[in-house]
Amino acid sequence: MREIQACEITAAVKEMCIEANYTLSADMKKRFEEASEQEESPLGRMIFSQLQENLRIAKEDRIPICQDTGMAIVFLNVGQEVHINGDLTKAVNEGVRQGYEEGYLRKSVVRDPLERENTGDNTPAVIHTSLVPGDQLEITVAPKGFGSENMSRIFMLKPADGAEGVKEAIISAVRDAGPNACPPIVVGVGIGGTFEKCALMAKHALTRDLNEPSPVPYVREMEQELLKRINGLGIGPGGLGGAVTALAVNIETYPTHIAGLPVAVNICCHVNRHAHRVL
Amino acid sequence: MEYHIQAPVTKETAAMLKAGDYVYISGTIYTARDAAHKRMEEALNRGESLPLDLKGNVIYYMGPSPAREGRPIGSAGPTTASRMDRYTPRLLDLGLGAMIGKGKRSPEVIEAIIRNGSVYFAAVGGAGAILSKCIEKSEIIAYEDLGTEAIRRLEVRNFPAVVVIDSSGRNLYETELLKYRKE
Repeated sequence: MREIQACEITAAVKEMCIEANYTLSADMKKRFEEASEQEESPLGRMIFSQLQENLRIAKEDRIPICQDTGMAIVFLNVGQEVHINGDLTKAVNEGVRQGYEEGYLRKSVVRDPLERENTGDNTPAVIHTSLVPGDQLEITVAPKGFGSENMSRIFMLKPADGAEGVKEAIISAVRDAGPNACPPIVVGVGIGGTFEKCALMAKHALTRDLNEPSPVPYVREMEQELLKRINGLGIGPGGLGGAVTALAVNIETYPTHIAGLPVAVNICCHVNRHAHRVL
Repeated sequence: MEYHIQAPVTKETAAMLKAGDYVYISGTIYTARDAAHKRMEEALNRGESLPLDLKGNVIYYMGPSPAREGRPIGSAGPTTASRMDRYTPRLLDLGLGAMIGKGKRSPEVIEAIIRNGSVYFAAVGGAGAILSKCIEKSEIIAYEDLGTEAIRRLEVRNFPAVVVIDSSGRNLYETELLKYRKE
């Protein structure tokens, strides 16, 4: 049994909230550069160069990349041989509170969805915990902006809709999102499972390294085909027309019921933030 | 075309701008987003006056991140405009000169833009760090308790934006994607 102190988790989450909001991960930067070369529209190219300059200023002048510093999504893979000294949920939320305060990040969370009073410290986080073999604690912090979150969709398709139905659903979600989701976007997709499982897979898919395609051959092909078709929609950077609407399509799949074919599309803007650490 | 324009905007300026024009805005603009729009609507329903004079003024749909010491503002990019659509026609009819945001507008807003000779600009979403450099002063003028959603008066210099919907209702989001559509 390995012991991890709650305060270690707090410290890590705090640093990751700040890190994710000031610098993009290396895979995102790489895709960004590749995609900017592919853009055909003059206005689109100008937007790409503004966004690259924006990343430079964010890092050098310590200004968050986007003012919507997100709701903190935290994925925890807790090793079964780990014992946490303290309250795990409290430790994560305390990390978010400290990170958003000390990192000059925007407090965007309201206590109640209808009464809408700001909690003032960006807590609580949305925490997804899995128990896994081993003696480590793996933490992913993914601050999620809501311009793109609002354009996400879920479809309960029929088995007869098949692969074509799935592709159509994903493309329709991106088409409807249009300029609102701050393209160039990253498209996270969950196929299979149940209503909630496919939504969670779609969210998790956004945290996958963009240079690592799905390990499943047919899924990898679907990702590439969808990326091409989505870029053919013409929405472009900022939604102002162009050849690059998406930077990547990341798909996760899971077994499902004989009667169903759930598909969730979680869209992320070009500020697809995630920080990853293993304690 | 590229223009340097002053805020507040005159009717003549708004009428001159065409969808696709690139503008650099200098002068005074105001921020308001979801919660501030709701409060303004409630104030109007009660017959009260608004905390800002709408005439010719520009509302920027934006809620900044906190400013570091010695800086006027934190990250300051546009938020999605369509969430303000239900409140917007009334504000346009009361004289609102222009709006800066990102994303689509409803048919009702577009009609009100045409009816009032107004204009809708888009700034680049997710470019909050670079856009903050164009903001020289920021002061909360109303609804301070709303935090980032308070109404702020901003002094801006050469704030870059694109005319997306002009006073004749032309909409760049609808025309430009057709040029690049392959699907």
